[in-house]
Amino acid sequence: MSANMGHMVKVFERPRSLTDAQFSYCPGCHHGLVTRIIAHTIDELDIQDRAVVVAPVGCAVIMYEWFRCDGIQAAHGRACAVATGIKRVNPNLIIFTYQGDGDLAAIGIAESIHAANRGENITVIFINNQIYGMTGGQMAPTTLVGQRATSCPDGRDARLAGYPIRFAEMIAQLDAPVYVTRQALCDQKRIITASRAIKKAFQCQVEGKGYSLVEIVTNCPTNWRMSPVQTNNYLMSEVFKEFPLGDLVDRE
Amino acid sequence: MTGNDAMAETAICAGCRAYFGYPITPQNELLEYMAAHMPAVGGAFVQAESEIAAINMCYGASAAGVRTMTSSSGPGISLKMEGISYLAGADLPCVIINVARGGPGLGNIAPAQADYFQATKGGGHGDYHMIVLGPATIAEAVELVILAFDLADKYRLPVMVLSDGMLGQMMEPVTIPEPLDLASLPAKPWALTGARGRGPNYITSYFIDPNDLSQMSSKRESRYRKIEEEEVRYRETETSDASIVIVAYGTMARIARTAIRMARSQGIKLGLMQPITLWPFPYARLHTLSSQVTTILTVEMSAGQMVEDVRLAAADRAETPFYGELGGLVPTPKDILGEVRRHVS
Repeated sequence: MSANMGHMVKVFERPRSLTDAQFSYCPGCHHGLVTRIIAHTIDELDIQDRAVVVAPVGCAVIMYEWFRCDGIQAAHGRACAVATGIKRVNPNLIIFTYQGDGDLAAIGIAESIHAANRGENITVIFINNQIYGMTGGQMAPTTLVGQRATSCPDGRDARLAGYPIRFAEMIAQLDAPVYVTRQALCDQKRIITASRAIKKAFQCQVEGKGYSLVEIVTNCPTNWRMSPVQTNNYLMSEVFKEFPLGDLVDRE
Repeated sequence: MTGNDAMAETAICAGCRAYFGYPITPQNELLEYMAAHMPAVGGAFVQAESEIAAINMCYGASAAGVRTMTSSSGPGISLKMEGISYLAGADLPCVIINVARGGPGLGNIAPAQADYFQATKGGGHGDYHMIVLGPATIAEAVELVILAFDLADKYRLPVMVLSDGMLGQMMEPVTIPEPLDLASLPAKPWALTGARGRGPNYITSYFIDPNDLSQMSSKRESRYRKIEEEEVRYRETETSDASIVIVAYGTMARIARTAIRMARSQGIKLGLMQPITLWPFPYARLHTLSSQVTTILTVEMSAGQMVEDVRLAAADRAETPFYGELGGLVPTPKDILGEVRRHVS
């Protein structure tokens, strides 16, 4: 050991495009992983000085404070409209939105679909954890039938609340999106695959190809009332059946 | 030129390079004019999926440092209120034109002035103000659209031009100013342009710590006080010897001017006080006027909204009757004169 001390090589470090601020996510939550992967991607593509973070309402509301990039806080659901406004007046900027399922697929579904349909040259990161995390665990548009939440205490009843929305599949029907994929982070292999997908989605924008969406099926240990390990098992045994992983559109 | 076309062309000349809108009568020509002419100056035009999306596109484009505008009418302006609150909370400039129509609800497409409360007293949530400008003619609309962009940038807030369907649809000869040299506009070092050679810029209205939000709001309030001191604008016609003064803004002021000519020819000492800035409202001037006249008659195409501000200003120093028409009906000069006669002893 001591013989090697003089030749230590740094193989892992905090991404340069992150500030020193601590994430405010709960322990075991996949949000932290995604945020870090995005920062790493920004480093790799060397776009820190032209990236703009469009932060949502929800657990990542202060996301702009974590990046050494320009950032803006968007009204609940409106991130894709805000991103459109920025990109249209300054196409040189690299804009990404980071939105939860309530933000993107409930209150903001119109803005989300129409930005995709216009083929806005932006990158949308969609965190699908099947629940409203920040407000305390209410039913989301992506909550599974039978899955419990504070506003469906006996589990989602399809007769009253319908079925989980598969947003990636919905916009895969459109002609404009360039890259649409659904990813997950519940094991090492999937983290690597998801990282590649996020990088590809940013690359599409850098190369001017158009709209891309990375839906990431994630967990919420706090509001699912499970340990992080249990959430990963639940994702694999139940959630991926409803939200199958993989690329849906790849017109790159 | 129609008022809608004139306001659109003036905005482009004033350096507007981003317009986002949604079709609604009676402002459709404004959106169509922008669609036809914005590309030629290299500006952004998007027909948005809703007024909510349009105002949030404005929020993004304004944050990126560009002079930005949207327009709509009653029901669409209601949808924009969320975004207007966010613009105010994030200290972003933006110009919003309301070509007002009859309400509430779907109402109708006739001209009305029933959006005064919404424009001047809030409309969206939280402590904020827009500067609200009320043009009475297309020439005034041209002048006030330019002023709107300048004030929005100067004070970093949304500014509304509160016109109506009459002004938007009618045609008048008008002189459009020379296009502004964009390089002459003051820099916006706060804008989102990429964190190159500087630290990150953040645009947000979110301050979780009450002390921080209180501090930000107090700063904004002191800007509002400065605006109240420095930006009040109004126009007076024949008020110096008047015993009765009409207070009216926008289209109603234009019609009242004719009523004043008719009254004067009949020996009635009638004057007009036309608030140009509806916020900040010319309380002080009206307070002074109220001690020089017996009666201040407020005339609106509403059930009586601005009249509340007039009565605040007059503070019982004069009689303050109200005359209004509802539902998109427009009072004629004769109607106004008839109302004036009821108050002349």
